[in-house]
Amino acid sequence: MSDSPENKPVTPSSPASAPASAPGPGTAATSAVEPPSRWRTTFNEIIGGSVMISILAVVLAIVAGGILIALTDENVQKASVYFFARPGDTFAEIWKSVSGAYVALFQGSVYNFKRPDFLDQIKPLTETLTFATPLIAAGLGVGLAFRVGMFNIGGRGQMLIAAACAGWVGFTLHLPWGLHLVVAILAGVIGGGIWGGIAGLLKARTGAHEVIVTIMLNYVAFYLVSYLLRTPVLQAPGSNNPKSPPIDPTAVLPDLLGPKFNLHLGFILVIAATVFVWWLLNRSALGFKFRAVGINPNAARVAGIDVKNMYVYAMLISGGLVGLAGVFQVLGTVTTGFSSGIDAGIGFDAITVALLGRSKPWGIFIAGILFGAFKAGGFAMQASQGIPIDIVTVVQSLIVLFIAAPPLIRTVFRLPDPSKPKKPKAPKPAPVTREAVAAK
Amino acid sequence: MKLELRGITKRFGALTANDHIDLTVEPGEIHCLLGENGAGKSTLMNVLYGLYQADEGEIVLDDVVQHFAGPGDAMNAGIGMVHQHFMLIPVFTVAENVMLGHEQTGFAGFLDLSAARRRVREISDQFGFDVDPDALVDDLPVGVQQRVEIIKALSRDAKVLVFDEPTAVLTPQETDELMAIMRQLKEAGTSIVFITHKLREVREVADRITVIRLGKVVGEASPTATNAELASLMVGRAVELTVHKDPAKPGAPALVVSNLSVIDARGQVVVNDVSFDVKAGEILAIAGVQGNGQTELTEALMGLQERVTGEVTLDGKSLSGLSVRKVLDSGVGFVPEDRKEDGLVGEFTIAENLMLDRSNGAPFVKGGGLQLAYLSTFAEEKSKEFDVRSQGIGTEVGRLSGGNQQKVVLARELSRGLRLFVAAQPTRGIDVGSIEFVHKRIVATRDEGIPVVVVSTELDEVVALADRIAVMYRGGIVGIVPGTTPRDILGLMMAGEIPAGVEPLDPEGAAA
Repeated sequence: MSDSPENKPVTPSSPASAPASAPGPGTAATSAVEPPSRWRTTFNEIIGGSVMISILAVVLAIVAGGILIALTDENVQKASVYFFARPGDTFAEIWKSVSGAYVALFQGSVYNFKRPDFLDQIKPLTETLTFATPLIAAGLGVGLAFRVGMFNIGGRGQMLIAAACAGWVGFTLHLPWGLHLVVAILAGVIGGGIWGGIAGLLKARTGAHEVIVTIMLNYVAFYLVSYLLRTPVLQAPGSNNPKSPPIDPTAVLPDLLGPKFNLHLGFILVIAATVFVWWLLNRSALGFKFRAVGINPNAARVAGIDVKNMYVYAMLISGGLVGLAGVFQVLGTVTTGFSSGIDAGIGFDAITVALLGRSKPWGIFIAGILFGAFKAGGFAMQASQGIPIDIVTVVQSLIVLFIAAPPLIRTVFRLPDPSKPKKPKAPKPAPVTREAVAAK
Repeated sequence: MKLELRGITKRFGALTANDHIDLTVEPGEIHCLLGENGAGKSTLMNVLYGLYQADEGEIVLDDVVQHFAGPGDAMNAGIGMVHQHFMLIPVFTVAENVMLGHEQTGFAGFLDLSAARRRVREISDQFGFDVDPDALVDDLPVGVQQRVEIIKALSRDAKVLVFDEPTAVLTPQETDELMAIMRQLKEAGTSIVFITHKLREVREVADRITVIRLGKVVGEASPTATNAELASLMVGRAVELTVHKDPAKPGAPALVVSNLSVIDARGQVVVNDVSFDVKAGEILAIAGVQGNGQTELTEALMGLQERVTGEVTLDGKSLSGLSVRKVLDSGVGFVPEDRKEDGLVGEFTIAENLMLDRSNGAPFVKGGGLQLAYLSTFAEEKSKEFDVRSQGIGTEVGRLSGGNQQKVVLARELSRGLRLFVAAQPTRGIDVGSIEFVHKRIVATRDEGIPVVVVSTELDEVVALADRIAVMYRGGIVGIVPGTTPRDILGLMMAGEIPAGVEPLDPEGAAA
């Protein structure tokens, strides 16, 4: 940081000057990097917070969830009536309710030591991975869009279209084993990709904001699929319910660990998708352009990168990845026929997953597994402790809230502000000074 | 009022922006604070203005120690600041802007606008500012807007006025007027702190000069010191202020621009029927005050503007209507005016920025994949060649100083096979040492026989580099004159006049 708060460029278009941008040293130091706009800075801040912030956000959200569990627990309430007479009772009840809840969450999601044999004990973990599979796929899609500077809220629509395409192939075409699955997956990915691509195209050609467009396309997709589920296209023959026929066994994603477990081939595919997105973003020319557009579209344009095309390509790929989540739902999770609720809110959870994973492929992978664990464990928590599963949703929402407010996290945990120059590590000041002297 | 700063120290983490700075400004004195970008001048003034709290040291006004929690306290204590970027609301009138922040209200909370108008007139008459209190700020020229800022400060009874790089946006004539105003204020007993890195202005107006380098006071100088003395004090070593350049050996016209017009997004004609040519091996400087169409002209050359009419040819091939990619591929190198906004991706590394406009094929991309090994060899080599000072090629460009950032842009653009080099404001906001380097590279590019267009609002730069100078005013070219044209004539041309007796090289402003 030899470029101190001092030098603001002399551009009249840049509004950043001393009093406006410098209420404190932190802001001043960042303003030396002079980001394109305030909205984009905030956006990048939220998308790219540090690993530590993500982890601490989860910790903080779990603590807050614990407080909520304690507050809503009936036994705690009863004991708190005579708190001043015997405070120990209250604390005991609080401990019982909170620890009970989180132990149940753990047993439901990772390892259940109460079950007799090893396979049964480990089953919750495979459940977690099963729940995580579509979350990771959709998270990768949303995260990719984030990296190109776009907010893809259209996960629901893209998943529904993908599910409808993959499902239709799954129960209409009767292809041989292997080929059928491949065609069904491709149909879903392409369907999701096109649905995302529409949003990208509208943004590129007309300047429509992708947030508005993707939200609206969610409704279009929902009512389109609902309608089709009442027509012979998707509706099961002879049924009055808006539900599709079951998927042919040839198009179902095969179980990975045998029929005893729900974990299916999708998990392997999603690992492959993570590797692909990592390669795309970090090692490919297209990804290079994506990242450049995402961080500074102006510089990208001046460097001859076709920014508008990048928006279209990114939304195509993003939609395709989210579509993969829809495919997993219809060919892996619910193979007995789907309804218009097949997306199961994954399109929205994916936003949280992408945020928590800091839009990095492997970060999203880990965040997806964490959220899969919340889902798997949430049911166990409800069943064994009678704690409403909504508490899990609250914890998830709190995670987003905390990630979006890094200063809050920093204050709670007394972390240094990364936008200020780093604390002096022993050898560091010397090179800085030398560089600065040399540069002048 | 006498202002004293005693041992002011301000640290940002490991960086000490101000290191025990002592500064005394006597009443009725113009005290210049001279230093390069990044030397700590603005930090010091922000401490004075209450925007930062000093880690050590104290601010003393007339022997009373002050504690400023914010700009409000500083203003009440009689400190006023005229910022580099004006803090005015364009759609408000002068009077409204002046009362903003300490509005007087009359019956039932109505604004007492007439009092504000009276105040503006009073101050305006006292110093001969000639500012109409009811004019919309948006309609005023930049120089007058600056006076509004001064009136704003004076209307709050400022006894110490801080001018932070006030001349960056002014024409030479407006600068002279500002100097006159500063002298007048001084006569009236106001103390003035004048922050700048322009040596000529300092010598013209300063009573005392304090030079700051790397957050420390490195010395005081008298206004009679020479430019070279001041510069070496500022930079810490002897600096070449003028570029050595041999006479140009211009070849055939390479870039020919005829009847080029640009209409911006608001439907305004921002470049109006401009024609010129640039010969191989010469530097054409485009001079003019910021905002007279230079930006749009260079963008039009690069294919970055949407609505362009007229013809641009390079070596006989038309560049009109081509995409940015195609223009770059035709061998045009471009240093954009705002490097942080348009030239670099701040969170990318030096290496990544070096391939920013070459992500389309060999040698950096093969089969859709990045050639990272090649990229790092290339980046190592170029950062050495262009003297980019960093902790390595993996350093984020946003963390480099302005001068080093600009070297990255130059390294990228000059390492492609060029047929034309367009540099807009190539030395804006960078330190003297880097300016020297950038100028040398630009001249070297010219000497390789490449036509060079340099857009600059700094007359010093124009005069140092140009073989020919085209002066732009309100979207048109006032005239194209030889590189040896005196500054005062250029100054007049920048205001849109062609002084009598000046023979533009090209009376029509047309090439052909």
